Amino acid sequence: MRRFARRFARSRAGLLGVILLAAVVTLAACAPLLFPGSPFRAVDRPFAPPLGSHLLGTDVLGRDVAAGLAHGARTSLTIGVLATSIAVLLGTFVGGLAGYYGGWIDDLLMRTTEFFQTIPTFLFAIVLVAILAPSVRSIVLAIAIVSWPTVARLVRGEFRALRGREFVQSCIGLGMPDRRVIVRHILPNCLSPIIVTGSLSVATAILIESALSFLGLGDPNVMSWGFMIAAGRTFLRTAWWLCAIPGTAILLTVLSINLVGEGLNDALNPRLQR
Amino acid sequence: MSGASGRPAYVIRRLLQAVPVVFAILMLNFLLLHLAPGDAAQVLAGEAGSATPEYMAQLRQRFGLDRPLAVQLLFYLKQMLVLDLGFSFRHSMPVLDLIVARLGPTVLLMVTTLVVSVSAGVALGLLAASRAGRWQDTLISVLALISYATPLFWVGLMLIVIFSVKLGWLPTSGMETVGAFHEGWTRVLDIGRHLILPALSLSLFYLALYVRLMRAAVLEQAGMDYVTTARAKGLNEARIILTHVLRNAVLPVVTVAGVQVGGLLGGSVVVESVFAWPGLGLLAFQSLFARDFNLLLGIFFLSACLVVVLNLAVDVVHTLLDPRISS
Repeated sequence: MRRFARRFARSRAGLLGVILLAAVVTLAACAPLLFPGSPFRAVDRPFAPPLGSHLLGTDVLGRDVAAGLAHGARTSLTIGVLATSIAVLLGTFVGGLAGYYGGWIDDLLMRTTEFFQTIPTFLFAIVLVAILAPSVRSIVLAIAIVSWPTVARLVRGEFRALRGREFVQSCIGLGMPDRRVIVRHILPNCLSPIIVTGSLSVATAILIESALSFLGLGDPNVMSWGFMIAAGRTFLRTAWWLCAIPGTAILLTVLSINLVGEGLNDALNPRLQR
Repeated sequence: MSGASGRPAYVIRRLLQAVPVVFAILMLNFLLLHLAPGDAAQVLAGEAGSATPEYMAQLRQRFGLDRPLAVQLLFYLKQMLVLDLGFSFRHSMPVLDLIVARLGPTVLLMVTTLVVSVSAGVALGLLAASRAGRWQDTLISVLALISYATPLFWVGLMLIVIFSVKLGWLPTSGMETVGAFHEGWTRVLDIGRHLILPALSLSLFYLALYVRLMRAAVLEQAGMDYVTTARAKGLNEARIILTHVLRNAVLPVVTVAGVQVGGLLGGSVVVESVFAWPGLGLLAFQSLFARDFNLLLGIFFLSACLVVVLNLAVDVVHTLLDPRISS
């Protein structure tokens, strides 16, 4: 573990990512303490510019932009992590089965996976959320449904490669049940690529979530960055910062997760480095 | 290899592989139709209450909605195979006509984006790789990292703030100047001016992806034996890169560009709704507001088919770049 930390700390970009991400997570965790009450309530006159009595000003309905930002961080991170967890579980299950058993199971599962990669994913997410009615649950479900194929393909490749290795072959030869071979011997050996892909897909999930809520498909009871941008959009000429601030928040969050993901990749796969 | 088993045979084989995909898309659409709130007739009629009772009864009969689900599926498939996608009461037009009318602007936006992002991505990736480790490389890589993390719609809005609101150089929305009735080349120029910002916002994200891919591919190819051979022959560096490395390094970029076509369509929904670009994406956005699920599903179906077709086209381009693929 210490060796891993040292290797991770060697990449400056990864370290920057960790610091940025820690800031966003702290903001999200402290949102109810820093900005108690609903972020939807009006606190001042509308269009108060930033750096006045409210740090980031107020929006068209007099809502505190900073409060929206903090509560939006909670929404983005929660949805991103939940959706990715489901996608990783499903993708690992499907990819693992396909890679371990091969044959017709592999054919069937991989054709299905490719199908889900062919259809326009974001459009599919839009259709799903629109039909299931916008809520945190349907958004998480939609993002998970469009994200699992990437994980499945990766896990299948890893499983196929490991399936032919001697230690796995000998386990099978000793009569070990499939489940035990998979869970105890193959899975632990492909955890690091799964972790890296998972962390990168949290970033994609946050981008999808922000785009959905920008289009008006966000949960109406929860504050989100995409919603804030959509609400400020009409006033681009007079109050461009209403769009610029939440957008910067999305950018920094996604960037930090990508940097952490790449740092993890370098630290977990030291062989890739020359 | 040669003759009948060459490129034409490959194209035919790929076409046949597309058939089950289209069938699966149809099944998925049928499933989504039944997941929607209300019965399928209400969904097909668009907004509840806007259709006449006669039309609803006719719909129920035509789609066999009083029959078992399997029969309904057959009715649905029959309907879809002749591309009868139903009627949109909100637009008082058949869904298919609506979609066809909006297809042109979307294809224009997508093709422009594809050309811009692939060519700029290849050029910048090549530049970064040939200056690996120097400031040009760092600058390009950092910019790619940032644009890879930026939401498409936000890029669009910020470009509007800079180039339309502050500088006043480019129009904020639409595809043509309203009421100008330009013709000939002035019209083309007018559309071109409107196209710049949407195409740029959509390109930046993919550009970032291609830059990183291209950079990695060029660096990988640069270590190959054939490059050493070319250098030993006395070719200059520019020639080695342009005639030998480029062709090999561009393959992974083309592959990924093909995979990304579906993503591009999704991205066009947000970009078109930011710039009021009158394409399929804007139509999808409007159908969300009108709760016109049938129109939305029609767009989804035809977009998925469009992706299948474009993937096929990319595969054919692939065989032109690398003849080994079709064999």
